[in-house]
Amino acid sequence: MLHFISTSSNYLLMFMCAIYALSCFTVFLPSKESRQIRRMDRQEGFVYIFQIICFLVLTLHTKDPKVIALCVGQLIYFKLMITIYGHFYTDCSRILMNHTCFLLSVGFVMLARLSLEKAIKQFAIVVVASMLCLIFPIFVKKAFWLKKLRWLYGLAGLIFLATVFIIGTTKNGSTNWISLGPLALQPSEFVKISFIFFIAATLANPPKIRTMWITILFGALHVLILVLERDLGGAFLYFVLFVFMCFVATGRLIYPLGGLVCGSGAAFLAYKLFSHVQARVLAWSDPWSIIEGKGYQITQSLFAIGTGGWFGMGLTQGRPTDIPVVDSDFIFSAISEELGMVFAICILFVYIGIFVHFITIAMDVKDKFYKLLAFGFSICFLFQVFLTVGGVTKFIPSTGVTLPLISYGGSSVCSTLIIFAIMQGIFMIAYETKEEYDEEEETAESMGSVDRIAIGDSEE
Amino acid sequence: MPSETPKSKKEKKSFWEILFLPNEKKLKHTNRYMFLVCLFMVLLFFSMIGYMIRFQLVDSQAIITNPYNQRTENLKKQIIRGDILSADGDVLAKTEIDEEGNETRVYPYDEIFAHVVGFSTHGKGGLESAYNYELLTSHTDIMTQLGNGISSKKNPGDDLVTTLDPTLQERAYEALDDYQGAIVAIEPSTGKIRAMVSKPVFNPNDLEEIWADIVNDDSSSVLLNRCTQGLYPPGSTYKVITALEYILEHAQSYEDFRYTCEGKTVVDSVKIKCYEDTEHGKENLTEAFENSCNTAFVTIGSALDRKKYISLNDAFLFNQKIPGDLSVAKSRFDITMKSDKSSLPQTVIGQGNTLMSPLHNALVMCMIANDGVMMKPMLVDKIQSKDGVTVKRFDPKSIARLEEEDIDSVKAVQQMLRKVVTDGTGHALQDDDYTVAGKTGSAENEKEGAHSWFAGYSNVEDPDLVVCVIAENAGAGSKVAAPIAKEIFDAYYEEGLDKKY
Repeated sequence: MLHFISTSSNYLLMFMCAIYALSCFTVFLPSKESRQIRRMDRQEGFVYIFQIICFLVLTLHTKDPKVIALCVGQLIYFKLMITIYGHFYTDCSRILMNHTCFLLSVGFVMLARLSLEKAIKQFAIVVVASMLCLIFPIFVKKAFWLKKLRWLYGLAGLIFLATVFIIGTTKNGSTNWISLGPLALQPSEFVKISFIFFIAATLANPPKIRTMWITILFGALHVLILVLERDLGGAFLYFVLFVFMCFVATGRLIYPLGGLVCGSGAAFLAYKLFSHVQARVLAWSDPWSIIEGKGYQITQSLFAIGTGGWFGMGLTQGRPTDIPVVDSDFIFSAISEELGMVFAICILFVYIGIFVHFITIAMDVKDKFYKLLAFGFSICFLFQVFLTVGGVTKFIPSTGVTLPLISYGGSSVCSTLIIFAIMQGIFMIAYETKEEYDEEEETAESMGSVDRIAIGDSEE
Repeated sequence: MPSETPKSKKEKKSFWEILFLPNEKKLKHTNRYMFLVCLFMVLLFFSMIGYMIRFQLVDSQAIITNPYNQRTENLKKQIIRGDILSADGDVLAKTEIDEEGNETRVYPYDEIFAHVVGFSTHGKGGLESAYNYELLTSHTDIMTQLGNGISSKKNPGDDLVTTLDPTLQERAYEALDDYQGAIVAIEPSTGKIRAMVSKPVFNPNDLEEIWADIVNDDSSSVLLNRCTQGLYPPGSTYKVITALEYILEHAQSYEDFRYTCEGKTVVDSVKIKCYEDTEHGKENLTEAFENSCNTAFVTIGSALDRKKYISLNDAFLFNQKIPGDLSVAKSRFDITMKSDKSSLPQTVIGQGNTLMSPLHNALVMCMIANDGVMMKPMLVDKIQSKDGVTVKRFDPKSIARLEEEDIDSVKAVQQMLRKVVTDGTGHALQDDDYTVAGKTGSAENEKEGAHSWFAGYSNVEDPDLVVCVIAENAGAGSKVAAPIAKEIFDAYYEEGLDKKY
């Protein structure tokens, strides 16, 4: 009976996720604002229903009252967050709030299924982090001096990254963690934010050639430290961020082209020099030959995805715990196994939806600094998803990166929440300037003859 | 500012500045560049999603059945393992459930189908292993499944309809008697395997009691399916390939070949003698083939065009994976362009380092009988749900073929194979009711007594069945393997199996 409920509810969940993913792209279609709002309300409702169905199945399976308590707690949290944002930031992005809650909900469900203890811990971290993040949107909006710090971001980032060499610990083959008492932090998760700030600030105004050289040097140092920490996924992410942000800021093709050449050269060199890089590549090119060694994790992941099929084994009906580190780096395989590949692909579309939303914000905001900032966060966010999902499906070599908002891991979820909060701030800036511009335009028209050049000058 | 002309500005720019820094125009197009990057990222995602879909559609089937995949164990909780049936619907393996709900796997034919059907406890083997996932998947009608789901009953797994014929299998099993060895019977035109016997055997019904003994006894390797996993020197049965290569190279003149056998010879400083030192005297190619004359064949072999010879062996799938339901050990053929000349004489008569599985040897004979086309060996005809609806049907398909212009040479070999039965070492297969063509072999090995081989086909005009027999250390192919093969052909025509399928 339980198996039946679990498998049949799967179809419902899949259907819901598909509609939700579709709504990411269609929510703005109606021209009337009231209809847009109705669609957003529906999205919010979906999140709650999704959460309730999943936890119902989990409760039937574990018969543990703690699961119900967790579910109720999380529902309250979602409602609270959406309400708080709605009240304090009346012009924030509603749809971004919905997406945050939906992805968090998927993560909560999977973690509760994998390990209740970790689910509770993760929830606690998310609650605290969200509360702290409440200040970010207004902070970003008001703190106009943020763009002036420039080199400070770069230096602070480098120093923070380098702390792992002094107080670092090794986890899953990478020395990219630091322990502060009971807290374990992954600096690279936070430094990527300061890194984006750094590039956006230095390139916001047309740079001098000397500034450009130093920027490139700083970028290279960031990547180098990450390589030395054996955080290959992080190094790749920072590298791609740097290349794309420089390209967008300058429009020069030398960045993507030179990046491609240098990147391939560096990758080849790393392959020749480091045995751990060779192991990763072998585990990607032919995991079946080393199935009992380094290929174990990726083959287990492929078993999970393959056996789960299109429609999944049903929540609690698979064996995701056979995959090592399933709750963080390989959580996508667990989702695909139990909820099905259709569901998993829909999740990818939700990620793409968020990315498109981010890019729209970047395009709409007028100030170059915020524009680059928003663009950097969009790339950072989506490329991380690409690294994780590509890694667990054997599309690219696995690099040990988390899935934003879904994977277990305090540093990861905190940094993603910070990014989302900053994006809310930039969203408000974009929205506000547009409104002010419109208002000024209206007044200009009513006054009759005030030339627009004045407005243009003040913006420069 | 406007007083400065744009020209003077441009002149100041160094090469590096032009390369790395934006100009006025580019600064205005930031959104366009963002759009390009956005497009790139979305394309990247779509290619990844496409890859995932392809993985699920194409690659996942092979991956799921990997023995390292423990997930199928979970399926057992929901599904009663399906049956394995013979080509005519006899049950070869089924699951019986007692009143308390305990499941037992039952094999009605005891040890007769042991290796090919396999077992599903104590690890897995044979078809039980290869089709584990399919047997634990249910395609029974949706209402039944719904009902079972609600009432917490298990769904019936799908059944496997094999190509095996119980009568032929039984007769082959008896014919091999107490010899260790293997028998494979295949329809050359379709690749359907009608019988597959490996000895020594075990009774899969008693696996629980005998498991410890089987595992501890490493001398006879009872669990090994010798048809697919046993590798033997092919001995004289390999002369089929040597002869074909010679005829291909001398299409006009091979009939003029003459040789006088003195029972032994030395070629490229290798001493070669005929089986039991027989002197065959004066002979042409067909006679040398009939007599299975080693000295004549090493003389032929030493003059072969090595490059063409190697590529012919490639065409016959030596050193390659042979596709099919059960995994087949790769046959070994060691000659390369660099090998020493002295390794050739042993190789061309099927000794030396050459090793073949009995299934592969049967497929070589199939390729000759089927005019140069090798069909994929098939053990499973279709998968059907418990209500008898076909879920998946497997169609015959070719896996290797010779060039169109080589077919005449293949036909010449066919005639020589027929002569082996009418006038040579295969005379035990003479029969009034059907015609047989084939080749015997007596392969020297490290133990006392040659391996006794026969590979051949019946109904030479339109080949019905290829039979390959090996009896380990049993002596001359003509004396042991050929009579065994005869019993299988007899059974095939007595039971009218040529008409049945």
